[in-house]
Amino acid sequence: MKIVLNGEAYATDAATLDELCARLGFAEAKIATAVNGNFVEAAKRPATPLAEADEIEIVAPRQGG
Amino acid sequence: MLTLYGKRFQSRLLLGTAQYPSPSSLRQAVEASGAEIVTVSLRRESSRARTGQGFWGLIEEMDVRVLPNTAGCRTAREAVATAKMAREMFGTDWVKLEVIANDDTLQPDLYGLVEAAGELVADGFEVLPYTTEDLSAAERLVAAGCTVLMPWAAPIGSARGLINKDALKTLRAYFPDIPLIVDAGLGAPSHAAEVMELGYDGVLLNTAIAKAGDPVKMAEAFAKAVAAGRLAFEAGLMEPRDMAAPSTPVAGTPFFKIDQAS
Repeated sequence: MKIVLNGEAYATDAATLDELCARLGFAEAKIATAVNGNFVEAAKRPATPLAEADEIEIVAPRQGG
Repeated sequence: MLTLYGKRFQSRLLLGTAQYPSPSSLRQAVEASGAEIVTVSLRRESSRARTGQGFWGLIEEMDVRVLPNTAGCRTAREAVATAKMAREMFGTDWVKLEVIANDDTLQPDLYGLVEAAGELVADGFEVLPYTTEDLSAAERLVAAGCTVLMPWAAPIGSARGLINKDALKTLRAYFPDIPLIVDAGLGAPSHAAEVMELGYDGVLLNTAIAKAGDPVKMAEAFAKAVAAGRLAFEAGLMEPRDMAAPSTPVAGTPFFKIDQAS
């Protein structure tokens, strides 16, 4: 299935958001997620299925003003 | 003491964490500034670079409270989603709410700001809105539940200082009990002192320190300016006047003759 991951086209067969994060090596990482513009809390990632053309954001802390 | 959403702070200087020449200069500048609150952001994380994980390690080493921003958000919806991601990741209800209207001025979109503030307050956030000096927007933000306001002095990163000082004075007079922090546009410690002399509660800045030739020294300079400006406000500044007034006593001036006085 093709999704959009952090603004770029990405092919994956991960069934859930949690699985996608784990495959990217983010299982223990300090990240936060959103699907199609809506925040998805960490506890709900396993129950969040991925669908074709979903827009996924995975963010982490960064310098800011 | 500075009190923001029930939390008390000795320092009235809040610091951004971006644009420093190195992680160690950031750490040293924060220490030299005495800041107890630093702003952070969130950005897309690459599974290869994992930039954010290293940065978080640096912040955790510092004994500071983090204030996540929603920098770069162009709509209330984006800002609300970003704030929610930040709350989970940083473990704080605080958010420096930014909804940006224009890329050239980076001025707040006051309509989106008020909308997002209302939504976030209803969701339990403690919102510190980055706003302009506009009084009607300030009123709506307070009505939406913000108990702190952060007007700009000038566009972000412009180093121009207080370009609308009269409006900032009006805002201070109009909201005597709301903590007011000038956020953005300051370039020199004298600007920060000027803000504090107006009776503002604090100053938030980033670029002026991070981009200084010596950020650590500049952090100390700003800390002293903020403290000096606050002391001056508490001491009570004299009113300006149009004509000179002698400071040395006139009575007893040698060679003085009353019929020659003008």
